[in-house]
Amino acid sequence: MENGETELPGDGALAIELKGISKAFGPVQANKDIRLAVKRGTIHGIIGENGAGKSTLMSILYGFYQADSGDIYINGKKTRIADSDAAIAAGIGMVHQHFMLVQNFTVLENVILGAENGAILNSAIGKARTELKRLEDAYDMHVDPDAIIEELPVGLQQRVEILKALYRGAEILILDEPTGVLTPAEADHLFRILQQLKEQGKTVILITHKLREIMAITDEVSVMRRGEIVATRQTAATNVEELAELMVGRHVLLRVDKGQSHPGEVKLSVRNLTIRDSRGVTVVDDVSFDVRAGEIVGIAGVAGNGQSQLLEAISGIRKARSGQVILDGEPIGVTGECDPGMLRERGLAHVPEDRHHMGLVLPFEENENSILGYHDKSKFLNGPMLNIDAIRQDAKAKIEQYDIRPPDCRLKTANFSGGNQQKIVLAREMEVDPVVLLIGQPTRGVDVGAIEFIHKRIIEMRDQGKAILLVSVELDEVRALADRVLVMFAGKVAGEVAPDTPEGEIGLLMAGITQDGAGRKGKAA
Amino acid sequence: MEFATVIQILDSTVRLSTPLLLAALAGLYSERSGVFDIGLEGKMLAGAFAAGAAASVWGSPWAGLVAAIGASMALALVHAFASITVRGNQIVSGVAINFVAAGLTALLGQSWFGQGGRTPSLPTEARFTPIELPGAAAVKDVPFLGPIYEGLISGHNLFVYFAFAMVPLTWWVVFRTRFGLRLRAVGENPAAVDTAGIGVQSLRYRAVLICGMLCGVAGAYLSTAFNAQFVQNMTAGKGFIALAALIFAKWKPLNVMWACLLFGFLDAAGIRLQGVSLPAIGQVPVQLVQALPYILTVILLAGFIGKAVPPRAGGVPYTKER
Repeated sequence: MENGETELPGDGALAIELKGISKAFGPVQANKDIRLAVKRGTIHGIIGENGAGKSTLMSILYGFYQADSGDIYINGKKTRIADSDAAIAAGIGMVHQHFMLVQNFTVLENVILGAENGAILNSAIGKARTELKRLEDAYDMHVDPDAIIEELPVGLQQRVEILKALYRGAEILILDEPTGVLTPAEADHLFRILQQLKEQGKTVILITHKLREIMAITDEVSVMRRGEIVATRQTAATNVEELAELMVGRHVLLRVDKGQSHPGEVKLSVRNLTIRDSRGVTVVDDVSFDVRAGEIVGIAGVAGNGQSQLLEAISGIRKARSGQVILDGEPIGVTGECDPGMLRERGLAHVPEDRHHMGLVLPFEENENSILGYHDKSKFLNGPMLNIDAIRQDAKAKIEQYDIRPPDCRLKTANFSGGNQQKIVLAREMEVDPVVLLIGQPTRGVDVGAIEFIHKRIIEMRDQGKAILLVSVELDEVRALADRVLVMFAGKVAGEVAPDTPEGEIGLLMAGITQDGAGRKGKAA
Repeated sequence: MEFATVIQILDSTVRLSTPLLLAALAGLYSERSGVFDIGLEGKMLAGAFAAGAAASVWGSPWAGLVAAIGASMALALVHAFASITVRGNQIVSGVAINFVAAGLTALLGQSWFGQGGRTPSLPTEARFTPIELPGAAAVKDVPFLGPIYEGLISGHNLFVYFAFAMVPLTWWVVFRTRFGLRLRAVGENPAAVDTAGIGVQSLRYRAVLICGMLCGVAGAYLSTAFNAQFVQNMTAGKGFIALAALIFAKWKPLNVMWACLLFGFLDAAGIRLQGVSLPAIGQVPVQLVQALPYILTVILLAGFIGKAVPPRAGGVPYTKER
């Protein structure tokens, strides 16, 4: 093979060919003259930052949107995909990032929805059950057909999505950011399933922003940047550094540079904290830990194991059932009388996990969001009125310091990209010079360039002597930033490990498997 | 209390429950599809007026029924257009329909018939009359069961039987047919329906039109069966009570029937209690008795029923989003 190219699986024919696809949403050009060829029987990765246009492109292919111009060829035949029905008929199946499942339906009902085979369910459902069983056996993807979706772990819900596509006879399967919600073990299992699908001659398109996944599983990879495909490579002939550079358009530092930490005295101490949710289920169970000045304590775990509630309780948003939280030597009334405003006064800053629901008011102007929660500080006030000039001056300074783009403090916050929105929150919470900083999901939905900046800022804060508690579902991120890592599973701290502990070992803790061999509760494989 | 009195109260319970049941089942179709409908009242009122007017003009109750369904479905179409096609606020649209119906029925009634907004009193042949079930007269004297069959089950008009037959039929449609599966799905997660290759809008349109049809039937019942003419604002909040019953019943057909019967019973008991003096209480004030169903509505909706989880996508217009 010349140029180091290797033989690709499949017969070399094209399953999908896109020619000159363009799509604009108002003034935003989401896809620009896209040319893409996906060979039959391969796994083709599409990688790019958030907002690069990956999802839009796949939505066009699945008939969710209509392209403004350009042609789609399926198996060499020009095909017009007017809606999802047409995409399904053309043999395309899609597993969306946010699952398209009806939460209170059974697995079987979800699978047959839209492919019921007759107006009356009774007769159709028996046939569907047999067919589903056959598919499950063929691909080793077992799931109870009568289970209610909302009672299944996300890994199994995803399996239902794949079965749904296969049930409709999909030959081409598109997966949009499929591993975001999975444990490392579940992700590995998913990859084995994809490998198997490939061996059976199916074509898989994997959309992700995780370079490692591209390297692990794909045969070819296309890189998207700002709505365009900037390169297509054989995976074996490229590497992580090249792909990262193609994605961002400049050289990026993938590793976080950090020196030794110098922990000082304990600034945040959590003692036997127990939290119940509104249904009375214990979501945080007797959790204790300390965070010292000048160190980052990272909390790893699959989403939904109590991390969110823990953060909410410490920041005063949620009442705890029992236990104590000591902030800078003094207990806060975590079971009752504390509120977020009071804690803020006492030096606790909080970057909430979900910036859209908690961190920002999206219709507000940038400068309004940049003081939200601190708006009653005297420097922003002019008697009973807001001091608009001072607020805008302050916002402009933060925009400069945090490189928030576009640099316009009068712009509606909703119009900033995810990374820049996150920077607005970070600037607000970091610039008040807190004692303790709580950070939830600092880089969720944030592009690679901004991630680098945010990580650097967090390390700077640590080196200034702040006590930082970091919660993230991205294991890589926790390992890169934290000085100590706590792993949460089912509301408990399953273990504390050093950040350089091998991923597999942390993965086991995340799945609830401790040294004594106790298995994971729940139905996940 | 005498047995005959009990039968009488239950009999009027059934008759008073019928419009509630029809309207609540109407709401069930619409709300299960994710379109909230606060305009049941207005559609019922429009139906009642159309039925009263058409039946008196053409002298046929069937003309009235057709007109009622037509009028109510026209309003349903307005609601569907506002809340599905142009993605407006469903509550605002519903409230608007209630106002339009209240105003328009009075206005048209006055200008067409000149009787202060009423329609002319209907002769018997222009009304739906009670149906004697076979053997009712024969078993009348059988102790216990006789009066139940003759007094309670037999002797209602067509609408009553239709309304109660709609309960199992609705259950079957919603839980045992493809349409029902899609209906429930579109009210829970329209994006799942869309990506399964089913049109969200047409599905919701169909649900809202079924709602309009049943509201029209409920209206026709009021003016051509239960009464013999249309009177201004004759629905008197029944549409809202039906909505309360629907929520109380957690959007389940069989529960809807029981909830409507409960409201109907309170109404019937209220009528019966007027002027009766009870031990330890004395004479029951008429106003209090008449307010009973409304008080119960408030209590039930204030959360005494446990958590009623509405269809998850209810009230939210569907837009394709990334």
